[in-house]
Amino acid sequence: MTDSSAVLVLLTVISAATPLLFAALGELITEKSGVLNLGVEGMMLAGAVAAFAVAVTTGSSTLGVFAGALAGAILAFAFGVLTLTLAANQVATGLALTIFGIGLSALVGAGFVGIAVTPLPKLAIPGVSDLPVIGSLVFGHDALVYLSIVATVAVAWFLKKTRGGMILRAVGESDLSAHSIGYDVIGVRYRAVVFGGAMSGLGGAFLSLAYTPMWAEEMTAGRGWIALALVVFASWRPWRVLFGAYLFGGVTILQLYLQGAGGLDIPSQVMSMLPYLATILVLTVIAAGPWKGRLDAPACLGRPFRPST
Amino acid sequence: MNDPVSTTPARLEVQGVTKQFPGVLANDHVDFAVAPGEIHALLGENGAGKSTLVKMIYGVLHPDEGQIFWNGEQVSVADPRAARQFGIGMVFQHFSLFEAMTVLENIALGMDEPGDMRELADRVTEVSRAYGLPLEPHRNVYTLSVGERQRIEIVRCLLQNPKLLIMDEPTSVLTPQEVERLFETLRQLASEGVSILYISHKLHEIKALCDHATILRGGKVVAECDPDAETAQTMAQLMIGEELKTVSRRAGGNFGEPRLVVEGLHMASEEIHGVDLRNIALEVRAGEIFGIAGVAGNGQNELLIALSGERLAHHAEIIRIDDQPVGRMSAGARRRLGVCCVPEERNGHGAVPAMSLIENAVLSGHHRMELLNSIFIKGAEARRFAEKVVADFDVRTPGAEASAGSLSGGNLQKFIVGREILQNPGVLIVSQPTWGVDAGAAATIHQALNDLASEGAAVVVISQDLDELLAITDRLAVINVGVLSNALVTAEASVEEIGLLMGGVHGLDAHPAAQGGGETHAA
Amino acid sequence: MQLKIEPRREISRNLLYLTPFLAVLLTVVTGFVLFMLMGYDPFAAIYHFFVSPLLSLYGLSELMVKAAPLIIIGVGLAIGFRANVWNIGAEGQLTIGAIASGAVALAFWGDTGLWVLPLMCIAGVLGGMLYASIPAFLKTRFGVNEILTSLMLTYVATLFLSTLVYGPLKDPAGFNFPQSRMFTDAALLGVVFDGTRMHTGTIFALLIAVAVWVLMTFTIIGFQVRVVGQAPAAARFAGFSRNTIIWFGLLVSGGLAGLAGTFEVAGPIGQLIPVITPGYGFTAIIVAFLGRLHPLGIILSGFLMALSYIGGENAQVEVGLPQAVTGVFQGLLLFFLLASDFLVRYRVRVVRLVTETAS
Repeated sequence: MTDSSAVLVLLTVISAATPLLFAALGELITEKSGVLNLGVEGMMLAGAVAAFAVAVTTGSSTLGVFAGALAGAILAFAFGVLTLTLAANQVATGLALTIFGIGLSALVGAGFVGIAVTPLPKLAIPGVSDLPVIGSLVFGHDALVYLSIVATVAVAWFLKKTRGGMILRAVGESDLSAHSIGYDVIGVRYRAVVFGGAMSGLGGAFLSLAYTPMWAEEMTAGRGWIALALVVFASWRPWRVLFGAYLFGGVTILQLYLQGAGGLDIPSQVMSMLPYLATILVLTVIAAGPWKGRLDAPACLGRPFRPST
Repeated sequence: MNDPVSTTPARLEVQGVTKQFPGVLANDHVDFAVAPGEIHALLGENGAGKSTLVKMIYGVLHPDEGQIFWNGEQVSVADPRAARQFGIGMVFQHFSLFEAMTVLENIALGMDEPGDMRELADRVTEVSRAYGLPLEPHRNVYTLSVGERQRIEIVRCLLQNPKLLIMDEPTSVLTPQEVERLFETLRQLASEGVSILYISHKLHEIKALCDHATILRGGKVVAECDPDAETAQTMAQLMIGEELKTVSRRAGGNFGEPRLVVEGLHMASEEIHGVDLRNIALEVRAGEIFGIAGVAGNGQNELLIALSGERLAHHAEIIRIDDQPVGRMSAGARRRLGVCCVPEERNGHGAVPAMSLIENAVLSGHHRMELLNSIFIKGAEARRFAEKVVADFDVRTPGAEASAGSLSGGNLQKFIVGREILQNPGVLIVSQPTWGVDAGAAATIHQALNDLASEGAAVVVISQDLDELLAITDRLAVINVGVLSNALVTAEASVEEIGLLMGGVHGLDAHPAAQGGGETHAA
Repeated sequence: MQLKIEPRREISRNLLYLTPFLAVLLTVVTGFVLFMLMGYDPFAAIYHFFVSPLLSLYGLSELMVKAAPLIIIGVGLAIGFRANVWNIGAEGQLTIGAIASGAVALAFWGDTGLWVLPLMCIAGVLGGMLYASIPAFLKTRFGVNEILTSLMLTYVATLFLSTLVYGPLKDPAGFNFPQSRMFTDAALLGVVFDGTRMHTGTIFALLIAVAVWVLMTFTIIGFQVRVVGQAPAAARFAGFSRNTIIWFGLLVSGGLAGLAGTFEVAGPIGQLIPVITPGYGFTAIIVAFLGRLHPLGIILSGFLMALSYIGGENAQVEVGLPQAVTGVFQGLLLFFLLASDFLVRYRVRVVRLVTETAS
């Protein structure tokens, strides 16, 4: 069965959206605990290069995916040590994390430029995956695409329905109150930050193992920052993050198709500006709009906390 | 201490508890004991070390030295969770609540095993009925009044069947009527065998409620007493440690022209869950001290910000200074016309903690004290001004280069009040002028306000301390949910009348049907 | 025995200015270990990275060339950072400044007037300011986070430059290479020492740092910036407008970044090419922090970070270290600096544990 081009477009939208979704969901949890980690871009790059290097070296893309998550988590842990244990400024530390991640990934990846890797396998279900339209749209993806959807459901359920989620929200809402009734604010935040890093790492792993699939310096091209913007756009709600990620996936693919179509007399660079301009537009609309979605920001977001004992 | 030999051990006993913070010995070998079913007062001024002490009992802080005994056994309270397992509950002075979450979630967060949320909601309703503490489990906390919020904290404790309930300054945020209700609840609990540790600096409350009092001063236990056997005067002397000074009052009545006139001031709060000001009107004349009473969080801060010019009114005519419309003028422009201001929050609002006293003197004094030469700051003159404030208001500091944040709360308060008064304002707006300062300094500040008024300034004092307002103001009004009452002549006003105004329409009686029945007290 | 950590009542001034040196030391030590693990001779690597560039006139002059933009951008960013205005899009503002001044240079190509260079500087500054005014407007008008907008605009600026050098500004006689014509002499900065690339922009960089120091230390404007950053409520109390300071912080940092871009194209590069900066706009963030947001400190840290670029190139040539090491070093340095801040704000004491059970 050959699919129509519309289906192919939608498939690429899903691919473009998945890394954003991973990174934004991770950042959502981090921010819900009251921590602003601006190092998403750096953690994604670390994840991308670690996943690629391990996949190439061991030949196992599964190990690669784990390595990507682990690399993101390790960087996030370092961020945690600085901002949570040493109470450093979160904005500055996040920037440092991004600069470090860019440098480190370039260093590690220097030997992997131009090498090919087997892309993540598609999970084909015999019979079902061959169905027209539905088959490839719903059943023809690699495991990470499904994982990203499962993660959305899980994050939404965790925040809304579980005690752990309630405690996480409480810590982000008022660190002082949570501390005074006996919650380990720093501990909760460490877990949230490390989870956020692992998710960014997964987003990076998807880029280098499935989306491109290859390694190039700074291959994230600002996706970490767009993921940060998505969290604001989604007013800290998991389902809106999903929507936002697919919207931005759509914009990315749209500009690629317009470039490819060629009929338009617009330089390709101008088309490439689209995702970045769209991010600015979306942030402005959210901030200026009558819906007070931004009021859902966790009250302690970005504030350092160090309990006295 | 003279602990009588008895067969039943004290519910709680602390021995030799000591806690050192940088620069201050908060608790110095404190001993006291609370019997089962006893309502025990911890009495002391702001800064005497009461809150530090109870935070150690509840496991939020850990003592440097000393022991805690629970039912006669020595224990170490690792964290609040451990305290709750012993049966200790605590209602914090600054509530430990989460604004954007529901009453039920807040209660569940304060319990170690909340169980099923639906069952918990039923138990909340049940307990709140039994103790006269009506609550709606599914409301968001930010929609609730301060009194209702306190009920959440109390119910949260009661659901865990505490043996000891610690109440840290519970009445500072309540109207007199709400206080009476709270006392009934506490007496009921004590009669059921719950010990209550009641922290306050309000003498009449302690006389009305408590069986026994431990008095702290400067982190040390200075006395134990039976509040019934003492007068408020004798307890006050134990607490303060010196004779109370009285402010020399001016002869009232001879006021000049109106200097500050406000008419029809409306202002929506910029805080998400803040209080909107509604149709505020007031007039303060030369030589007059005008008080604004009210329970915390009823729009006091919003009013101060509107008067100082930190936020602008909708029309210039709404606020007039010396007959000049200033409603649309910025804070800096109003300052030039003689409006000075002492905000409630010292660190970060009235002063920049990390900056020196010299820089903090420039902060609000740069125009009226002529500390600028075009855009350049006159360093020597700024220093001279800061040093004059330090000298005139007895600010204890190593020097004018010390950062504002390194001063104790009371000393910083003296510096800020002094800085504003020495600018010789025509209109002075001051919030909580004596918060956290000792009795001697409070008298100095009151005297300075008095003198300023005598020289013809109009002074507005916003305070939650009714005794303070009754002592120093000529007229006063009450602010409640952003509405300012008509002004009363202080000498003719009664505490009951003011109390009712403080309760306003938003008090406990406004929605008696909240829990489905008018009478919610246990039979 | 136990470690007791308590906040200082007043931050330690001495440590505030000593810890950057500690951070540099820790970075060098980490680099030493890193080089060893990567299989290089650590002594040789460290020598070629940090020492040998300083031993030749060429190395020193290159240090000046690279330090100039870092210092100019760094002092501008520091003004904003002090006011909690997080302009991280200096890279983009630099690019737009370079485009604006480059456009002037190309428009008056061949002209010999003395006014060409000043006009380029004005265009560069205005270009940077204009570009920074976008996040400033969005921040003050709608409350949009300036970190994300200024960063997104950096990607846009780079693409815009690429559009121009591949399109309208491409050298007609350039064999279709994506670059503009070489600027003529009137549009080029003079060289200070013959045989080097050290241009007069370096001297301007130092003058600018001193001017900003005076502004921040002795004037009410600098005072306002600091109050807005440290205590926004106190700033409002004093009648200082936060929006004015946001505009000020972004316009000054944007304008200086634009000037740095002008100096790059009018100095070492001499034409418009697709990539005119090896990340100066981002590295200047580290420069600003490492210099403790103090203009005179930024001069020192600017030279140090310039050394990390030259050292990286040098070590690549001499011992074959990958160029990416420079980025790792820069990130590590900022990490160590932020970590050492803890010592500035907190006191760590060793105390004897009091026996809790005194029975």
